[in-house]
Amino acid sequence: MSQTHARTPVRGPTPRPAHSGHARLARGLGWFSIGLGLAELIAPRALCRAIGLPGRETLVQAYGAREVATGIAILASHDPTPWIWGRVGGDALDLATLATGYEHDNPRIGGLALATAAVVGVTLADVACVQGLTADKRLPPPGRFDYADRSGFPRPVDAMRGQAADFAVPADFRIPEPLRPWTSGAPASGRSGVPA
Amino acid sequence: MKALVWHGTADIRCDTVPDPRIEDGRDAIIKVTACAICGSDLHLYDHFMPGMKSGDIMGHETMGEVVEVGRDNTALKVGDRIVVPFTITCGQCDQCRRGNFSVCERSNRNRKLAETAFGHTTAGLFGYTHLTGGYPGGQAEYLRVPFADATHIKVPHGVSDETLLFLSDILPTGWQGAVQCDIQPEDTVAIWGCGPVGQMAIRSAILLGAKRVIAIDRVPERLAMARAGGAETIDFSQDNVVSRLNDMTGGKGPEKCIDSVGLEAHATGSLDSMYDRVKQAMMLETDRAHVLREMIYVCRPAGVLSVPGVYGGLLDKIPFGAMMNKGLTLRTGQTHVNRWTGDLLRRIEEGQIDPSFVITHTVGLEDGPAMYRTFRDKQDGCIKVVIKP
Repeated sequence: MSQTHARTPVRGPTPRPAHSGHARLARGLGWFSIGLGLAELIAPRALCRAIGLPGRETLVQAYGAREVATGIAILASHDPTPWIWGRVGGDALDLATLATGYEHDNPRIGGLALATAAVVGVTLADVACVQGLTADKRLPPPGRFDYADRSGFPRPVDAMRGQAADFAVPADFRIPEPLRPWTSGAPASGRSGVPA
Repeated sequence: MKALVWHGTADIRCDTVPDPRIEDGRDAIIKVTACAICGSDLHLYDHFMPGMKSGDIMGHETMGEVVEVGRDNTALKVGDRIVVPFTITCGQCDQCRRGNFSVCERSNRNRKLAETAFGHTTAGLFGYTHLTGGYPGGQAEYLRVPFADATHIKVPHGVSDETLLFLSDILPTGWQGAVQCDIQPEDTVAIWGCGPVGQMAIRSAILLGAKRVIAIDRVPERLAMARAGGAETIDFSQDNVVSRLNDMTGGKGPEKCIDSVGLEAHATGSLDSMYDRVKQAMMLETDRAHVLREMIYVCRPAGVLSVPGVYGGLLDKIPFGAMMNKGLTLRTGQTHVNRWTGDLLRRIEEGQIDPSFVITHTVGLEDGPAMYRTFRDKQDGCIKVVIKP
């Protein structure tokens, strides 16, 4: 029998783990989000006291709900990228809120600075994660792999066109007869024409 | 034995699992010599198809050597070389007698689940959710083949596994996709998706005599392979598909359209796909129907839409008004593999086509999990992965 094996060599795998490091980082951020969110929901007063922002308990709880929802979405989604972008937006909100506490009379300025540094660190991790996830999805540059010789046919395409014309399309797979004139581009033989 | 086992979303591992054993007199056990990752396996990998359970063995494109046969199976003997069709067929029910093997009435052992989801049962499938029987798949060292006296394609020795393996699924699936179009010599056939099934559909349309084949994708190497097979191509990341198809057909549209994409249309390729992706995330829709919408819109009136691409559940915003008013014919379904394989095996043996052209990667089972990700992300030039256990 004739064989037309592909001439381009078949490759083994390029080393690539089943989960990318960025996907693992995203899952870690998801769990972190849930943990932080629960803390903000359960203990808003203690958190506000620690950073010298009394009276913001309701706002902190709202942030907590946001964190929990985002964390669940990251863990449950097929593609966490948009939810990590959501975290970046949330980080900006957190930093803006923390910025309002930098006043001369804040007795907890040390705690506030620590919290700000932590949020900056997490923001950097979020940005790195989202950039990595986006890069993972990017296609390789065109032209790196050449499959132009992989026709699967033993002869040029034009010589193969219609080679299976001997195949009889089963009756249950044929176009309904009334539609044939339009799909074949010519009137069906023996038909009197198209009804008005 | 070693097998590729589903543990959750994007979590497939090469595990040690119990060897299969004969459970019914019609069974056979094969030692797998080659298997492949199918594009529809990615729907399971990404967990868009419901009905998977942690511990399920993946794979429905498999071939090998018979090593054990049930006492009632007189069709096979130890040492036979067989390709295993992905649809499990009893060969005796009303649908099997009609050649509608993919809707076999007996082989789905979880028929109640299928009846709930689809209204009626469909055939059992290897490694493809508990909706279709929960049968262990063939990405493993050994496979139990239920109803093996009917569920097999005997193949000759002396032809490579790579050339024969795709009789299990993608070759007959691409072929049925083209046959469903009832291609006429003047037809222009547009094919969405240049993955493995799309590539086979392109070759099938050429062999069946289509005047023009136009293939649509965005991955450069897939488009190059499509052109090698005789297709003109449209890169949907560069061009508006509807405009280009209308331009290329003098404004009439293609007579025949084939959807080789299915439920996971590129999520950011168009506004409606992004809309679908958001609805999927909110569990308001299961499938992204971008290709179906585009086909209905661009297909020439009185044309045919053929859908070999896999859909799983509920689709939104289908322009059925256009479908009805244009008088389009829709043909779809899982592949009736054994209906076509006798003819296709002859064409392979006669040298009309060698399906191994599509293979880009060959690996061992232990590399399977990583290759799922490479294939899903279209990295490393990956179009088709063959696994040699």
